Amino acid sequence: MPGSKPMNPAAKQDITLVIAGGGGAGALTAGELLLKAAARRGYFGLMTRAVGPQIRGGESAALLRISRAPVAAHRDMFDVLFAIDWTNYARFTGEIALAPGARVFAGADDMPQEVAAARPLPEHFDFRALLARDERPNMFTLGFLAALIGIEADIVAAVIAERFAHLGREVRARNIRAAATGAAQAARFDPLLRPPAARAPQERWLISGNQAAALGALAAGVRFAAAYPITPSSDLTEWLGPRIEALGGQLVQAEDELASINMLIGASFGGVPALSATSGPGLALMMEGIGLAVMTETPLVVIDVQRAGPSTGIPTRSEQTDLEIALYGLHGEAPHLVLAPMSVPDCLFTTAWAVELAERLQTPAIVLSEQRIGQMNMILDAPALPDMTAQRKLAQPAGDDPCLRYAATADHVAPMAIPGTAGGMHTPTGLEHDARGRPSSQPADHLAQLRRRQEKLAAFDYGDHWAHMEGEGAMALIGWGGAAAPVLEAARQCRAMGVEVRTIIPRLLAPAQPDRMAAALAGVERVLVVENSHSGQFLRYLRAHYDLPGEVRSLRHAGPAGIAAGEVRAAIADLLHIDDLKQPEAVS
Amino acid sequence: MTEIIKPADYKSDLKPVWCPGCGDFGVLAAVTRAFAALELEKHQTAVISGIGCSSRLPAYLDTYGYHGVHGRALPVATGLKLARPDLTVVVTGGDGDMYSIGAGHFIHACRRDVNMTLLVMDNRVYGMTKGQPSPTTGPEVTHPMSTADVRARPFNALATALVAGAGFVARGFSGDPDGLARIITEAIRHPGFAVVEILSPCVVYRPEQKQWKHQVRRDALIPAADLNAALELAMNGDEMATGILWREKRERQAPTPPTARTDVAAIAEAFRV
Ligand SMILES: Cc1ncc(C[n+]2csc(CCOP(=O)(O)OP(=O)(O)O)c2C)c(N)n1
Repeated sequence: MPGSKPMNPAAKQDITLVIAGGGGAGALTAGELLLKAAARRGYFGLMTRAVGPQIRGGESAALLRISRAPVAAHRDMFDVLFAIDWTNYARFTGEIALAPGARVFAGADDMPQEVAAARPLPEHFDFRALLARDERPNMFTLGFLAALIGIEADIVAAVIAERFAHLGREVRARNIRAAATGAAQAARFDPLLRPPAARAPQERWLISGNQAAALGALAAGVRFAAAYPITPSSDLTEWLGPRIEALGGQLVQAEDELASINMLIGASFGGVPALSATSGPGLALMMEGIGLAVMTETPLVVIDVQRAGPSTGIPTRSEQTDLEIALYGLHGEAPHLVLAPMSVPDCLFTTAWAVELAERLQTPAIVLSEQRIGQMNMILDAPALPDMTAQRKLAQPAGDDPCLRYAATADHVAPMAIPGTAGGMHTPTGLEHDARGRPSSQPADHLAQLRRRQEKLAAFDYGDHWAHMEGEGAMALIGWGGAAAPVLEAARQCRAMGVEVRTIIPRLLAPAQPDRMAAALAGVERVLVVENSHSGQFLRYLRAHYDLPGEVRSLRHAGPAGIAAGEVRAAIADLLHIDDLKQPEAVS
Repeated sequence: MTEIIKPADYKSDLKPVWCPGCGDFGVLAAVTRAFAALELEKHQTAVISGIGCSSRLPAYLDTYGYHGVHGRALPVATGLKLARPDLTVVVTGGDGDMYSIGAGHFIHACRRDVNMTLLVMDNRVYGMTKGQPSPTTGPEVTHPMSTADVRARPFNALATALVAGAGFVARGFSGDPDGLARIITEAIRHPGFAVVEILSPCVVYRPEQKQWKHQVRRDALIPAADLNAALELAMNGDEMATGILWREKRERQAPTPPTARTDVAAIAEAFRV
């Protein structure tokens, strides 16, 4: 058989694939449907997108990992590439590393030099001979790859029929025919994966990080949202709109981010939990409003789906470089909450938790997600909906006593009188104020209110959710957000090779938790800090707020490729002087 | 409701920071008279502002209020009114607040037509920051803050409001609190976004505005027959004429609070493979 060299034996459990193509080739559609079909077949998996700068069309690639076991991130290299065509494929070569022995399939033979060097030799399909003129090569690709991983034709036909339901019977039939033609071609090759015995049990989900974050917000009680479109947060907001409406809430497209943040303040002052989603440029515009929410103690949540900056940067690509603006970007001394989800499913929990904390502590919360997580689609065991709900300390209707909106209390949080509460009339102000909320420039009032705003966050018991921790050992890996996946994966690989490491992934970044971090680091002699940033913002943050014991190293770089588990493992190998750990990727 | 009929009942115990002779005192008086005329319940009323002398007004009322940041009162009010359609929402601010730093929101609030009332206290100067030119200052005024050779024309708020879609547009004068109270009452009654531009002298930085009381033509504006006629008056009419310039005829819709048709668990079902 042509090109039938033995696969990496491990690939029978777990495979990474790329579907690439030029504008209009439909690579992303093929990838999305393949992932959905894989989910129905009982696989776990995930998909991310690499797209060029064009708004529509242009080159794009679907990056998939499909596995019999749950997976949280891509592996460092790809086992299979299907190039529907080679248009501008070279733009991705920095991002897509093909594994030695990777299989390459293509609909054209004008492949770039670096791919032509692949072994075994690429396999071409002549779509013009194989497909009728109105049949689409991306559906061929879908059928072909689905068959190679053991997904039956009925599942493929069903996902096609659902996706193209609105386009009529003829289109659906044509796409199903093209997929069947692809499946027939797959019969010439060895299967790439052995499918699970059973098809998907009902309790699996296919969800993106952005969707999970929006769902978490709804679960926790958010019923007002305002946002201005910005990549890569718009899909979160667009998913949210019709759902928040169905729950009796509303979403407003604001005229800009200054308006969005201030609309949240108004809605939340009115007693309705409120949220916005944005990215770096929008967060920068919101800063004055977030400070106002700190000062007036108005709960709200802003999700920043980070992209590469500064300025417009690389709007479609991930980075972890809004950490410092989120932590320190407010003027004056303005204690607030900063949280970061560490994975797609964790977006559900962390966003719900952010809503709960913001409401309870009457303060704004910034949730630092990132494109890598937000726009990753993942198959996972159905999570429980978070049982966190917005519970705000509200003032009861009062008699003639003035509302003590900013008075000292045991937990430093004073009851909030929302409009409509008889006797609670008051005017929150961005000016410093006294316990009744009346403007004051008295140093004593300033000090008392500064203390209380800080103390209410500092004194609260955040419990075990502050960080995700695994493992033991004198070597600690600390990462956050999207860097958690390669850190956890590298740690697992190390343990599989007999090297104990512990991992600490803080979910609550502000307020810092020095006592908890000290306990987490007890007995540690070496620390590796991992982040997707050029200057080391996370390292600076850790050094500012925590004592990092022993030898501290930083593994970091900016840019869309992110951090690979292999890099983390190599850095551990260097720190521990264990050369064995540097071997090529070991697949679990 | 409790027996509230006196304008004074709407006043808080805070003493205004305004200078003696400031026009904003008259606006405060007119607001309390309008609230009393409408018999608004204090706890069902919210007055939202930004930053400026004029934006201090909410704190002098015994209703709910929100004193936010410079230029952003309209978005705060929009969020509040959408979330809480049961409330009467009034917005106050200055010409700098609404036509300069918050000008974008002014236009979009007119377009959005959320049922609330905007009161702009126009003194053609930045009062709080001590006398710089504002968007309604004429090009003849010189000031060390602006030495570049640009001669900005005064912003025409009424024409802009009409073009952007406001359904109620009026001009009032702080020196005529009764007339102003009548306009504000009608503005609050209007079932949509209402703009009231108020000539409110700054006697400190624009002492010549003390003459406004002789220059204002009270009740010279009556609602125009159609939008074109209103626009013609806004563009070419007497800028010291007060009254209601434009009032779009429409049915008063009762606010419909949003209602839930499903729950979160049902929404989450869509993620099952
Ligand atoms: C972001 C920001 N920029 C500048 C200021 C300073 N500032 C305070 S009030 C004001 C202008 C006030 O003029 P206006 O809105 O016309 O109100 P007035 O004081 O005349 O009533 C300015 C520029 C501020 N508070 N915030």
